[in-house]
Amino acid sequence: MSIAEHPLSKYLRTELMPHIWCSGCGNGIILNAFIRALDDLQIDLNKIVVVSGIGCIGRIAGYLKLDSFHTTHGRPIAVATGIKLANPQLEVVVISGDGDLFAIGGNHFIHAARRNISIKVICANNFNYGMTGGQSGPTTPPKAVTTTTPYGNIEYPFNLVHLASAAGATYVARWTTFHVGRLIASIKKMLLRRGFSFIEVVSQCPEMYGRYNKMRSALEMMEWFKRASVVADFSDPARAEITSDRIVVGEFVDAEKPTYEELLYANIAQTTIKRT
Amino acid sequence: MKDETISAGIYFMSGNMACVEGAIAAGCRFFAGYPISPATEIAEHMAARLPKVGGVFIQMEDEIAALSAIIGASYAGLKAMTATSGPGFSLMQESIGLAAMTETPCVIVDVMRGGPSTGQPTFPGQQDVMQAKWGSHGDYEIIALAPSSVQEMFDLTIEAFNLAETYRVPALLMVDGITARMWERVVIPPAEEIKVNSRKKPRVPPDKYMPFLPDEDMVPPMACFGEGYRFHVTGLTHDELGYPRAEDSAVQMRLVKRLCDKIRRNAEKIVRVDEVMLEDAEIIIVAYGIVARAALNAIKRARELGIKAGLLRLITLWPFPEKNVAKATEGSKAVIVPEMNYGQIVREVERAVKTVPVYHFPKLGEEPHMPKEILEAIVRCGSL
Ligand SMILES: Cc1ncc(C[n+]2csc(CCOP(=O)(O)OP(=O)(O)O)c2C)c(N)n1
Ligand SMILES: [Mg+2]
Repeated sequence: MSIAEHPLSKYLRTELMPHIWCSGCGNGIILNAFIRALDDLQIDLNKIVVVSGIGCIGRIAGYLKLDSFHTTHGRPIAVATGIKLANPQLEVVVISGDGDLFAIGGNHFIHAARRNISIKVICANNFNYGMTGGQSGPTTPPKAVTTTTPYGNIEYPFNLVHLASAAGATYVARWTTFHVGRLIASIKKMLLRRGFSFIEVVSQCPEMYGRYNKMRSALEMMEWFKRASVVADFSDPARAEITSDRIVVGEFVDAEKPTYEELLYANIAQTTIKRT
Repeated sequence: MKDETISAGIYFMSGNMACVEGAIAAGCRFFAGYPISPATEIAEHMAARLPKVGGVFIQMEDEIAALSAIIGASYAGLKAMTATSGPGFSLMQESIGLAAMTETPCVIVDVMRGGPSTGQPTFPGQQDVMQAKWGSHGDYEIIALAPSSVQEMFDLTIEAFNLAETYRVPALLMVDGITARMWERVVIPPAEEIKVNSRKKPRVPPDKYMPFLPDEDMVPPMACFGEGYRFHVTGLTHDELGYPRAEDSAVQMRLVKRLCDKIRRNAEKIVRVDEVMLEDAEIIIVAYGIVARAALNAIKRARELGIKAGLLRLITLWPFPEKNVAKATEGSKAVIVPEMNYGQIVREVERAVKTVPVYHFPKLGEEPHMPKEILEAIVRCGSL
């Protein structure tokens, strides 16, 4: 009996399967959504680069059969900046974790957003540092128990969509792994637009986060996403804090503004022409 | 037609300016940096010069970002450079490891000031030369050059790009703050006289391409993003396909050995030194950067006094020219290593010199070694 090839396997380095992610992990849903968006758009696969940082989700770059760079912890946006400016024809996508993008790499995130450089960022927010075994991070909810907050988290978490819009991102959306259809549509929209774009994907980590916080299984975590989510497009991102009974999802920002690479190359064209 | 990129002629310029001109002559079309004394002029001149030749300048949010960006730019096909000083060089260390591990051709200029920490922002130093070799974690090799004139700021920046591209390695220009900021005569030759090397490109179609499969010279041909090869790059231990193999000790052994050996085994091709009056020398100065200029004057004065002194000027710091040091000092009576730190390259010299006593002459602070001081050291050694 022969097994037919999966129609989407051309997007994957199938020789690297099985992946390293735990069963029930949300990263597979994010990977799936991303390649479905590529497939729907029939994007030129030779003109897209995926850049990731370090963490469980960071391994996504290796699984995609695209030009891909698995960088150092926190630096994918900085590496992506070099790629995008060196060759603005390339579609440059960063897919990384909450810890990678907002703790160690937070500075790069806000500055890339401020510049409105056309880098498309997808953050897998699983509320913890999955790869290192479930420590707290910049999005860990108050009181949550993690391996480094054994008596409950006393820090206030970032509201990522508020942060991104305040820093200047021209596209900001939040979905959860429960909202696959809307997530795919949002990724497609992001790939077709210019400017710094950000999608937060609230994702389940049953192994390292859920089980310490009364959500033993992936199903229980996704039931939380389903129960608590409220779709409210273009609502105020400042009021979109994630709580145990409310996760505001939707598009928050979709704005037009000249991008960094457009302004940069306009400058270069002007300067070069003036000389000759 | 006039070449817009290389303006041949004779100029009076600063070391930092000559570095920028050298970079552009070598084909550098991407610069990312963050301001810091005494390297800031490099960024400033780049900001003015690069757009004129169609290149990209960006001021990043910190030095980690700057080096990360040039790594990305290099993989997107441009020759790329950053410049900094000690504090920024420290921040770059993790990414230097990434560049070494991913075999990214790139040039990093470290205009050395007095350290540690914020130290002496506007005073010169040579205190980062060991960090250049050992700063990032793990076993790896880089190439480091030490210019000692403004002309060499031009010439060796080109050389650094050529070496970075040839060996797919970060090439560092380790320059003391004096050589970077002093003004001197510089001859910029016409473009056709400037030797420029670029990375080897793959000679196989994308489905046959193994991005980290080396040729005979231990260096793999390099595809760039967007060229249709669709390959993976990772800082994890990886096999010839570029796939993560962190759990495979054989792959780790093969990869790390090659990353080191492609430089170590080519050391004789890479290393450059300047030998002055060494044939009959009894007292030998081993020096680099601005200090070598004072040493040159000192050995000439020593000769006038009848002391057989000679100079071995290190142009390449890493890989360390140990064979040259061993050969040059054989049969001499004493070796003196003056440097603007509290004992760094002297350790390498001691390792290379087998039988002759090695004296270190450290200097910290504003003033480099004066010729007179080195002469006194020579005279003292001569009378031992
Ligand atoms: C400089 C540095 N510090 C720490 C680490 C260890 N580390 C690896 S992954 C990680 C956290 C990843 O968390 P996140 O970005 O949220 O990704 P996740 O694993 O949750 O998908 C850390 C701290 C590292 N690799 N590099
Ligand atoms: Mg995480």
